[in-house]
Amino acid sequence: MGASSEAVRRGGAGPGDEPAGALPHRRYAMTVDTRQCVGCKACVLACKAENDVPDGFCRDWIVEEIRGEFPVLSAEIRSERCNHCTDAPCVKNCPTGASHVNEGGVVLVTHHKCSGCKACIAACPYDARFVHPEGYVDKCTFCLHRVQKGLSPACVGVCPTGTLTFGDASDPESSVAQLLRERRSKVNHPESGAGPNVHFLV
Amino acid sequence: MNTLIEATTTRANPGIDPSLHIWGWEIVVYLFLGGLVAGIFVLAAALELRSGEKPRGPALRLTPFAALALLSLGMGALWLDLAHRLWAWRFYLFFHATSPMSWGAWILVLIYPVGLLLGLGSLNADQRAWLRGKTPGALATLLETFFGWADAGRRGILLTSVVMGVSLGIYTGLLLGTMPSRILWNSAVLGPLFLASGISTGAALLLLLPLDESERKTLLRWDAAAIVAELVLIALMLLGFATSGETGQWAASQFLGGPYTAVFFSCVVVLGLLVPLLLEVVEAKRHLPFATILPVLILTGGLALRWILLTAGQHSAFRFLP
Repeated sequence: MGASSEAVRRGGAGPGDEPAGALPHRRYAMTVDTRQCVGCKACVLACKAENDVPDGFCRDWIVEEIRGEFPVLSAEIRSERCNHCTDAPCVKNCPTGASHVNEGGVVLVTHHKCSGCKACIAACPYDARFVHPEGYVDKCTFCLHRVQKGLSPACVGVCPTGTLTFGDASDPESSVAQLLRERRSKVNHPESGAGPNVHFLV
Repeated sequence: MNTLIEATTTRANPGIDPSLHIWGWEIVVYLFLGGLVAGIFVLAAALELRSGEKPRGPALRLTPFAALALLSLGMGALWLDLAHRLWAWRFYLFFHATSPMSWGAWILVLIYPVGLLLGLGSLNADQRAWLRGKTPGALATLLETFFGWADAGRRGILLTSVVMGVSLGIYTGLLLGTMPSRILWNSAVLGPLFLASGISTGAALLLLLPLDESERKTLLRWDAAAIVAELVLIALMLLGFATSGETGQWAASQFLGGPYTAVFFSCVVVLGLLVPLLLEVVEAKRHLPFATILPVLILTGGLALRWILLTAGQHSAFRFLP
């Protein structure tokens, strides 16, 4: 798996690079427990270290929202990233086929096909993409290179409060599916119609 | 009350934050020149289809070539915008039906041979003799073949030019209009609006050339129709936003009281559309030609339309909704 795993880690794998025997109907998803997240940014640092994200850029980030009316206030802290949308506008708008849907519905960018036209960046409802200094568009890969080895994404693995859960939402036995059944959840900007797969437990 | 008081993010990605600014002057120039060239294709072909005779003015005969030069300039700007310029050829190893940019890449390639044949067929005997004199011997047979095609299939070439011009004009608008993520672009009206603006700016450029009196009159009339169409389409776009849900109402508010109101209505609606329309009516009724100011206002308005929509659209993400 060495070479293909490296390609996926860099986000550069294309369709057909999936290992033999990959389940065709996986639906990788993530839950973010907003009642657990303290905004420590360990997920951001783990991602940068794991994926060699260049200085000044990030593939995941922390959003803090304060709502209410003083003095009755509530805070919500969310760890956010690419939503690996089921009906991804970035993939639809990519003119070269570089942005594509890979194993488990994970949205990836094939670097050597990307001309850096930025149509996918404009199309993304979550502003989750950016232009890598090397000229291609980059984003969260759900750490597919780790997932294919049976590991969790770097952000999930490092989270000290158990905020992040990753798994196959189409498998009813998976932790993600159970959390989505048992807890109330929401997604960011459902009005985009893209079908995001990062769910926030509230 | 669950009103949002403050939102902070640790993300500060270049080009993305604090709000999207990935597309700058290069795209504005391309959208402007692309629309203008689309307009020239439609108008040059439609003038000949209408009158049944070749363009009278010598300048008008050369406009298809000028259009291709301007398009090349626009494509140069587009190329400058690419983050990975050496990978531009990747557009031509793929066709993606759901990507307007993919459609556009192929339209841009296909329009060159059409423009070449349109231009060659427009040349009169003197211009052809000059071109033959300048063509190296090895290419002479090829030139004659092209002249043969340009003359034999003239009507087909004219109709194809209209279709290619309309495709080019509409796609530049749909490119922005098909992105649900940018609330202010998310209107199918942008396609026809950019086409109408392209026809108007194309006519304005032609009006700067020395024209035959009847050709000038026809172009002025068609330009007035394009301007009226633009005004109607802008009204429809704003009405469509204002009468839709929360996101659309926010988009409409950007132009109806929000930060882009003054610049949009002054530069685009008044100076770019209403004043030129008035000048055209005055010219038609009172025979007072506004040789320079009229085309310049239209061209400036067309550039402003694209600049404002491109900028305002990039600032219109779901995360900025109240």
